[in-house]
Amino acid sequence: MENEYLNGYHRMNTSDYGYWLPKGASTFAPEIDTTLYLVHILMVIMFVVWGIFFIMFLVQFRSGNEKKVVHSGYPKVIVPISMIAFVVIFDMYMLFGHDIPFWNHLKKDFPDAEKSTVVRIVAQQFAWNVHYPGQDGKFGRSRPELVDEKINPIGLDFDDPYAKDDITTVGQLRIPVEKPVIIHLTSKDVIHSFSLPVMRVKQDVIPGMSIPIWFEPTRTGNWQIACAQLCGNSHYNMKGIFKVQNQEDFAAWMAIQEAELPQDDEEVW
Amino acid sequence: MEIPFTVSERPDTGLTNPKFGIWLFLASEVMLFGSLFSSYIILRTGSLDWPVQSDELNITIGAVNTAILIASSLTMVLSWTALKEKQFKRFKLFIGLTILFAVLFLVLKIWLEYIPKIHHGHILSTNTFFAMYYLMTGLHALHILGGVVVMIFFWGPGSKMWQTNPDQFVNRIEVVGLYWHFVDLVWIFLFPTLYLL
Amino acid sequence: MTNAEYSRQSFWRQYIFSVDHKVIGLQYGLTALSFLLLGFMLMVLMRWQLAFPGEVIPWLTFVVIFILLGLAIVFLAGKKRPYLALNSLIFFGIAALIWYFTTGEERLPGGIMLPEFYNQLGTMHGTIMVFLGVVPLAVGAFGNYILPLQIGAPDMAFPRMNMVSYWVYFIGGVLMIISFFLPGGAAQSGWTSYSPLADINTGQTMWLVAMLFVIISSLLGAINFIVTTVQLRVEGMTWFRLPFFVWTQLITAFLLLLAFPSLQIGAIMQLLDRVAGSSFFIPAGIIQGGKVLEYSGGGNPLLWQHLFWFLAHPEVYVLILPAIGIITEVVTNNTRKPLWGYPAMVYSLFFIGFMSFLVYAHHMFITGMGTAVTTWFQTTTLIISIPSIIFLAVIVFTLWGGSIRFTTPMLFALAWVPMFGIGGLTGLPLGLAPPDIHLHDTYYVIGHFHYIVAPGSIIAFFAGIYYWFPKICGKKLNDNLGKVHFWGTIIGMNLTFAPMLVQGMAGVSRRLYDGGLGYDHAQPVLFLNEWMTWGAWIIGIFQIFFILNIVLTLRKKSRSEENPWDATTLEWATTSPPIAHGNFITEPFVYHGPYEYNVSVNGQNVPYLPQHKKMDIED
Ligand code: HEA
Ligand code: HEA
Ligand code: CUA
Ligand SMILES: [Cu+2]
Repeated sequence: MENEYLNGYHRMNTSDYGYWLPKGASTFAPEIDTTLYLVHILMVIMFVVWGIFFIMFLVQFRSGNEKKVVHSGYPKVIVPISMIAFVVIFDMYMLFGHDIPFWNHLKKDFPDAEKSTVVRIVAQQFAWNVHYPGQDGKFGRSRPELVDEKINPIGLDFDDPYAKDDITTVGQLRIPVEKPVIIHLTSKDVIHSFSLPVMRVKQDVIPGMSIPIWFEPTRTGNWQIACAQLCGNSHYNMKGIFKVQNQEDFAAWMAIQEAELPQDDEEVW
Repeated sequence: MEIPFTVSERPDTGLTNPKFGIWLFLASEVMLFGSLFSSYIILRTGSLDWPVQSDELNITIGAVNTAILIASSLTMVLSWTALKEKQFKRFKLFIGLTILFAVLFLVLKIWLEYIPKIHHGHILSTNTFFAMYYLMTGLHALHILGGVVVMIFFWGPGSKMWQTNPDQFVNRIEVVGLYWHFVDLVWIFLFPTLYLL
Repeated sequence: MTNAEYSRQSFWRQYIFSVDHKVIGLQYGLTALSFLLLGFMLMVLMRWQLAFPGEVIPWLTFVVIFILLGLAIVFLAGKKRPYLALNSLIFFGIAALIWYFTTGEERLPGGIMLPEFYNQLGTMHGTIMVFLGVVPLAVGAFGNYILPLQIGAPDMAFPRMNMVSYWVYFIGGVLMIISFFLPGGAAQSGWTSYSPLADINTGQTMWLVAMLFVIISSLLGAINFIVTTVQLRVEGMTWFRLPFFVWTQLITAFLLLLAFPSLQIGAIMQLLDRVAGSSFFIPAGIIQGGKVLEYSGGGNPLLWQHLFWFLAHPEVYVLILPAIGIITEVVTNNTRKPLWGYPAMVYSLFFIGFMSFLVYAHHMFITGMGTAVTTWFQTTTLIISIPSIIFLAVIVFTLWGGSIRFTTPMLFALAWVPMFGIGGLTGLPLGLAPPDIHLHDTYYVIGHFHYIVAPGSIIAFFAGIYYWFPKICGKKLNDNLGKVHFWGTIIGMNLTFAPMLVQGMAGVSRRLYDGGLGYDHAQPVLFLNEWMTWGAWIIGIFQIFFILNIVLTLRKKSRSEENPWDATTLEWATTSPPIAHGNFITEPFVYHGPYEYNVSVNGQNVPYLPQHKKMDIED
């Protein structure tokens, strides 16, 4: 059983993982982590402060501890009210100071497509098909009728001139480091969820829609693409290889892929 | 111990139990049809090739059916007021008319709309518009059917209660009336949404 | 109908198709507890697979345990109490079900679980726990039995409709179980049943049909509860003299009434997609196995999620509000002082009820929602957590100045406070969109809501059962067994659910058949899977004390006092158990608020002043 899972996967960056958050590797990982830390600090403060009152009261007012029952609740109403006010203010700080502006940055400030790696990913039960636009920087058209699971999983239309130089891989996403990436996510069948824990990236992949996301890797490494949404029997096994490489390695790999492309006069289908 | 306020009104709320119950039921129905209309809007605005609805449906029959339902609402009110004035015969007449209108509505709907459409091959799997059309009008037709069954009961065997417990009988007819007006109202929204817009 | 006439009714009228809210309440209670047990059993099978992926499941051990439990009950019930022995059927039934599971090549070939069966178990665990276990227990059982008594009503407003809602629920439950036996097995698309997966997966049709029954049952029940509370309050029972439990049931009923219709529509649409070929939730050009599926397309998968979560978020408050009601009753009774901040509680309740319709899309942050929508839903989510904080503040500060008795129900109630605290607090990072990117669909979410529903709701129901058992059966459950049950359950639950938060932080996805074995990022926290499985076993083993406690107590001859907890609310104004028809011998009249403990009357301290006793309280 064990081997079946390990085969073919490179366990190199295991030092990135532990009991807490995986080590971040994208430009906005620190900001997401900040919001996570902030809210956990608030949670711990609340739990401890309420907990102290709770335990204190339980000990102090246990029955048999001969004391007259007092009626009007805690004598200083201001105590619970100020506790709640503290929470409200902290909440507002998190919302307006961090979460709302950051979400806007994430959804609105897309990098310039010219200066980024642009990739298209077509999810299916149970694989990630990665589609690079090739030299011309334009994705070829794809059509559902042309899909052939063995040779053309995304149904690329080779009559389209843009499609000629397109490169596709199954379950292998490679990108260069320190350059923004734009990924257009779509699905052939059901809803999947594209998840890269170290990049703090997660996006549902919905059939019938093409959803763009972006991030910028800050260091190289070998990780995995995970599927986070239940998508059928092998949901648990819908992994992909995710490599962030330096520019040269990436270019070298790209060159090999391009060399393997069928030539114009070759009859492939 | 009997359950209080089944027939008389509770002074501080001014309602009998069944009347309050039917209002709550209608609130839930509002949410039901509300969700349905919202789904319709979402599907229609998200669609690239929504057909021109008025070409697909028969506006005349829709309009006639609208008139029939409005008339049935009227006869429903008349049957209730007849009971209030203790004119049992007139009540029977008007509730009978209401039933008649309702059945007429269903007949028109099924024989002149559903069956010809199905013959033309326009079914749920044709496109989302027809799926939505059948779902919305079908659910509404089911409500009409339910109303018809209940009204036939109060027209026939159920009307014996007039002898034994007239107050409760009047209340029951009022409750049926509230339901009936709601079902008519739904159609008043359905008709323009599906046939005209 | 007099009481004597009532007891001359046929067996069927008295016990099976009864219209008495107390009998119906018990029917709901027993059915719901059985479903909880079943849901638990499904989950133990899953947890075994998660801890030891791909290994043979010791299903024979499970079967033997359940047969032994059943036999123990038969034996303990004895000849004189054959009706108790009937309950052993539940255990034999579950044993038979597990036996059946092992006999299918499509489920457990050679005792090794298949992924599709894992998904069935997960889906059915969630569905059964939420819709057939906790809600019927909270509303159907506790609400039905206690609410009319607490407001001094002779019965529910529509007794026959009450019976119908139980039986419709029962049919829904039976259909849900039957779905395991159909070709292709039970539903396997998660309890959330996201389209298009649910549109094309096997097993979903029966799930939808069963859900429609459950929905109709809930709608009928909700109408009944609201009318009863508003119309049948006895004289003198003004709004602000209602026990807080009644308030929670009232708001819960409104949530059920107004939220369920959206799932009703959703379920009908998904059913049509499956059986009539429509494509409400299916976009054009879906490809499976290399072939374009024959759907007209034009549907929207996200529409299902909107319809589902518009119900399911209010639904989660349906799981917790009655629990808060029970906790409030038990805590005030055992602190021996009035509830501090009763109006604040009531207003918070209204607020939570209203707001719960406005936050639902916080389950959908990752679907690619726009910025404005996201801003709205994060803000409302943080706002809705404020009333929960007020509830906890009120309960904690009510303890101040009291004279706290640590009875068994009180222990459960007290443990509920920090446990719900953890569950609720872990909702905050999920409620903010950026942290939710990392946490969405990981075990952190599973940990979040299990802390609320298991050591939250279920613990509250235990508190309620221990508290009201003397009312229902006239006998008090054994305190020592109760305390063993308490500690075992609390320890087991924390052992099970705390590691989930750790795994979630590390990024382990939920609904993984192999528990994360194949993912790099899961490796450091993989060993926790075993801990959690043992935790679940500990929970299970300590439930045996609970079941034994019930059987042994019912066997006991001696009865407890009529009002063993010295409580003030109206359910204790009648005999225990209450008379069969009409509840009260003479209709009570209410003079005071619900929690008048240790008040002074004529210069003297009265330890507890029941609502129906006429006395003038001094300040
Ligand atoms: C009873 C059930 C219940 C309750 C009450 C809640 C309450 C809350 N839930 Fe939860 N939730 C679920 C059940 C519940 N939830 C379920 C089942 C899911 C998953 C569904 C699925 O996907 O399958 C879910 C998922 C879920 C998500 C989606 C996560 C995701 O999928 O990415 C979110 C996001 O906002 C969320 C938020 C919240 C919030 C903010 C609250 C707030 O209401 C909580 C407010 C409470 C507090 C803030 C506590 C206050 C604490 C104190 C005052 C400290 C006290 C301490 C001591 C006394 C020691 N929940
Ligand atoms: C109310 C809801 C509820 C409750 C109570 C529980 C209770 C438990 N749940 Fe579950 N769970 C869900 C709702 C619930 N769950 C949902 C909605 C999901 C998501 C499903 C999905 O992904 O689609 C889920 C998923 C889920 C998973 C994740 C599966 C996955 O993602 O792959 C796990 C894993 O460990 C789990 C474990 C447990 C455990 C250990 C308990 C324990 O706490 C159980 C404790 C049980 C008891 C204490 C009952 C004891 C019974 C009795 C006392 C009865 C006595 C009987 C008689 C007297 C007749 N649950
Ligand atoms: Cu794809 Cu899960
Ligand atoms: Cu929610």
